[in-house]
Amino acid sequence: MTTTSAGAASQPVAIRVKGLHKSFGTHEVLKGVSLTACEGDVVAIIGGSGSGKSTMLRCINFLETPTAGDIEIAGEHIKMKPDGHAADKHQLEKARQSLGMVFQNFNLWTHKTVLENLIEVPVHVLKVPKDEAISRARALLARVGLAEKEGAYPAFMSGGQQQRAAIARALCMNPKAMLFDEPTSALDPELVGEVLQVIKGLADEGRTMILVTHEMRFAREVASHVIYLHNGVIEEEGPPEDLFGAPKSERLKQFLKTVG
Amino acid sequence: MTCPPPAQIPALELLGFGDCGWGATLVWGLGNSIVIALGAYALGFVIGIGGAFGKLYGGPILKDLLATYTTLVRAVPELVLILILYYAFTGLLNQALLAWGFGRVVVSPILTGIAVLGVVQGAYQTEVIRGGILAVPAGQIEAARAMGMPPGLMARRITLPLMTVSALPGLANLWLNATKDTALLAVIGFTELTKATAQASASTKAFFVFYPAAMVLYMCISLTSTFLIHRIEKWARRGQREVRV
Repeated sequence: MTTTSAGAASQPVAIRVKGLHKSFGTHEVLKGVSLTACEGDVVAIIGGSGSGKSTMLRCINFLETPTAGDIEIAGEHIKMKPDGHAADKHQLEKARQSLGMVFQNFNLWTHKTVLENLIEVPVHVLKVPKDEAISRARALLARVGLAEKEGAYPAFMSGGQQQRAAIARALCMNPKAMLFDEPTSALDPELVGEVLQVIKGLADEGRTMILVTHEMRFAREVASHVIYLHNGVIEEEGPPEDLFGAPKSERLKQFLKTVG
Repeated sequence: MTCPPPAQIPALELLGFGDCGWGATLVWGLGNSIVIALGAYALGFVIGIGGAFGKLYGGPILKDLLATYTTLVRAVPELVLILILYYAFTGLLNQALLAWGFGRVVVSPILTGIAVLGVVQGAYQTEVIRGGILAVPAGQIEAARAMGMPPGLMARRITLPLMTVSALPGLANLWLNATKDTALLAVIGFTELTKATAQASASTKAFFVFYPAAMVLYMCISLTSTFLIHRIEKWARRGQREVRV
């Protein structure tokens, strides 16, 4: 099953996943799922708890090792060993550097200040000159509204601030695409808005992103393509107005009713 | 100058640096103890980091070898290990040298001391550091992996600094052990603080002067260490919230 998003089919492919399988022991979490995100696409993955949506996202940058399937990032197939591990560590590192990942629990490094978090990989891995990395980091912090917080340690910031800093950290890599893994699920309800606003800003400027989310209204608003995952298979997918406006499958109808 | 019988010398003069005092011997011993403790601890730290990563991420053979090492070293009393390693090590080295056509060497006792205690320290530090690495939240490592950090850099910049947060109390204990384990080297005739004290008191019979003096010197090491450890701990825990109960 290969899917092409409707929005920007003429754009080059940023991320393509084909026939992805993933098992944890005997439990098969993903049973052959595929997605294609062209440049500028915003693909939202929705689904109930345990549907495999986070696993699918995490397989894209090999934080989870796929059991089978093919993953292509910016036109390059990630070489895989028969057991699913990346065969070429260097290639995988390069691919990961081109994908900005944002986690549910922020995962800012606790022993580094916000600014240190932002410049860590640009300076030490991408070998960007330090002053250049710092000025870029400061500009991004200003953009996510955290200019005042560059010297703060993450533990002393609110969840919303931490997540905005984490988004800025991902942007510091100048990524080709962004992966969001339930970026607002660990936040207090009143802090969700500030994070969604930042993500929306990124979508509006045409960034490619894949977004696993529970925020249905938000998915409908920003996504160019929505995938509904159920029990490890894609139950339904299409443009947001179709999926949310006129769902075809019973399960999706039921799901949308429960999540409101 | 000939000294009067020791019983007639005041205690302070016995401890002093004059012709009849043993101060220089004690300070020499103290210096040796500190050098050996520092060397052994540093060697143990290098072994510990290698051992911990090996035990966690190494292949099956490496894991087995490291398990044997830590089990064996931690099971046998330090004193016995020191005797075995000292005599076995110098014996083997000389045999090897003879076999290759070189002459015998007298192994520097200070290097032997560092090597022997370092191997002992390494086994304990392997376990403490392994525990520390396991206590690093998975998300911290995952963030580094997701950004394409190579493993060596990740260990140096992320895992090890975060490991210290929980491993530091254990590592501090091992440092204090290292300073005191130097006393065991007295059995192989090495003049560290305990041996120096024993020599001084045997010659003068002033046991109640020299052993308390040694105690005070050991206390100085320990108190200075505690002060420094506190500073290091504060630095390592930067960015961590204080837990108040």
